[in-house]
Amino acid sequence: MAGLHKSDFENPVINWIDTRLPIFTMLQKEYGVFPTPKNFNYFWNFGALAMVTLMIMIATGIFLAMNYTAHTSMAFDSVQRIMRDVNYGWLIRYVHANGASMFFLVTYIHIFRGMYYGSYKAPRELLWILGVVILLIMMATAFFGYVLPWGQMSYWGATVITNLFSAIPIVGEPIVTWLWGGFSVANPTLNRFFSLHYLLPFVLIGIVFLHVAALHVTGSNNPLGIDVKGPQDTLPFHPYYTVKDSVGLCLFLAIFAFFVFFAPNFFGAADNEIPANPLVTPAEIVPEWYLLPFYAILRSVPSKLGGVLMMFGSIGLLFVVPWLDTSPVRSCKFRPVYRWFLGLLVIACVVLGAVGAHRPEGIWVLLGRLGTIYYFLHFLVILPVVGKLERPLPLPESISKPVLPRGGGPLPAGAAAKPMEKA
Amino acid sequence: MMRWVSLAAAAALVSSLAVSAPVQAQETSLPRQNWSFAGPFGTFDRAAAQRGFQVYKEVCSTCHSMKLAYFRDLEGIGLSEEQIKAVAASVTLPDIGDDGAPIERPGLPADHFRSPFANEKAARAANNGAAPPDLSLIIKARDGGADYLYALLTGFSTAPATMKMGDGMNYNKYFAGNQIGMVAPLSEGRVEYADGTPASVNQMAKDVTTFLAYISEPETEMRKALGVKVVLFFLLMTGVTYAVKRKVWADVDH
Repeated sequence: MAGLHKSDFENPVINWIDTRLPIFTMLQKEYGVFPTPKNFNYFWNFGALAMVTLMIMIATGIFLAMNYTAHTSMAFDSVQRIMRDVNYGWLIRYVHANGASMFFLVTYIHIFRGMYYGSYKAPRELLWILGVVILLIMMATAFFGYVLPWGQMSYWGATVITNLFSAIPIVGEPIVTWLWGGFSVANPTLNRFFSLHYLLPFVLIGIVFLHVAALHVTGSNNPLGIDVKGPQDTLPFHPYYTVKDSVGLCLFLAIFAFFVFFAPNFFGAADNEIPANPLVTPAEIVPEWYLLPFYAILRSVPSKLGGVLMMFGSIGLLFVVPWLDTSPVRSCKFRPVYRWFLGLLVIACVVLGAVGAHRPEGIWVLLGRLGTIYYFLHFLVILPVVGKLERPLPLPESISKPVLPRGGGPLPAGAAAKPMEKA
Repeated sequence: MMRWVSLAAAAALVSSLAVSAPVQAQETSLPRQNWSFAGPFGTFDRAAAQRGFQVYKEVCSTCHSMKLAYFRDLEGIGLSEEQIKAVAASVTLPDIGDDGAPIERPGLPADHFRSPFANEKAARAANNGAAPPDLSLIIKARDGGADYLYALLTGFSTAPATMKMGDGMNYNKYFAGNQIGMVAPLSEGRVEYADGTPASVNQMAKDVTTFLAYISEPETEMRKALGVKVVLFFLLMTGVTYAVKRKVWADVDH
């Protein structure tokens, strides 16, 4: 019996399988007894929420694809057929359409949590990088998906976004023609976008698997940002965090359902209910809300190539955040200065979002530029410099020991940072 | 911690509102109407929708198509199967006969509404170059939705002297650019309602908007009714799981 796994499961069927393919042992290890810091707050729900949303998107997407026709002459009507004739088609489509917004909402909060509590710092740099890759693939998938209903905003959004590549010197125009599969956004474009929209979520599953696998090597960060010192600091994932995630999940699904059933077009654009017409440009071409801040950065730079580079750079920067942050302390709980700058970054992103939704004229131009400047300043200057200058508050000795009493006075930065040096 | 969660939720809500509201900025702000189908429990006023169908049939349908709607959809505004069959049979639709020759046959409930023009070019040619938009989704396809359509239908007047109007164009307070190809379609007594309701312009505009709101989103009533159950279910489950969570965590020092 050499090489067979020795299973502890008593159920003979499970034992038989587990002996030959130890998936039950693995699940038990990674999701059953997995030691998890015991001090998570509800911000730690959002990774699980994103995972569930991905599953919902794939499930609804598969059923939509059964009824969708990827042809410019039929795509719009086939979507309307789903809305009107397919049993509960409206429900499947509204869950999918609003699900995209919900996916980005929980993912953005998940990213903010990572930034506030320093989850990207050693030893979790690779975990963070995989997360940024997930974000990029999500954006591409969302963009492809938005083109499929073949409404006015689908068509013109696709035209604007693909044209970004024409900013590349010399090879730009040929690249755009190659992306389109022709000389304008047309049927070949719609066909390949549908193919990619179906493919990328499965790529996403692969990367999410790696993201979770990496997490299970380093273990989770926690609101204190200090390392786990021993079993007294942790709880088994099940039932403690399965139940805590369930609380957040139910509330999240209630909010999700509110939009699906009572405001299904809240995140949508009226123009996309008009079939695509290459001869009529809508008054405003606006991307979905989750891409607006990046759209605002693009438009704030008075140079086409510059704008495109800054827009991609704004996401590219996230890859090197673990090395831009020089502070030895992870959690903003103990970073009295940086946490205000992080608040400013959130405000800058919200302002950029509003800028992206408005015509670039008047005050919006100025706000867009200020927001863009702050965004880059934050990552390239503030993050490295504040880390060096700031005096962090004293860190607690361990997760299970209560936080030092108030008024203890800040220790020198070096001393406060000591518990982290092992990491 | 809860403070954080609520803060984050509030921030997300505010930002999404800030982001989506300004896009819908109108040239002239739309007067808001009370619609029977508004709100989480709203349903279509059947009498108004049926009157609206009459307005559509006698006025709008001479120029506007409603391609995505079926005769059977009229069930949703309270027409009986027999009435629907009669409505469908009252129009003829082009088809191909058994001998392969083109024929005209009476409509069936499963047929789409017949479009007034053979194609977009014909529609354009007959209407001073502006093709009348399809009305199947008109409430969803315009910012402001039902309020916009009502305002547009009641927003015709003579152009201000300062404004130079294009050839064959009409002044409308609520249309983007204020020049619309459509002639004011409704006038006092334009239709004669079977139920005796006085056919004022405002009444007809309100009725036809209700009808088109139904045609744009025929699933509305089913959606809202199901939504109440689903949202309540998840809120209840939030409470239940929270209680379980308290119980599970009761013995943990955290």
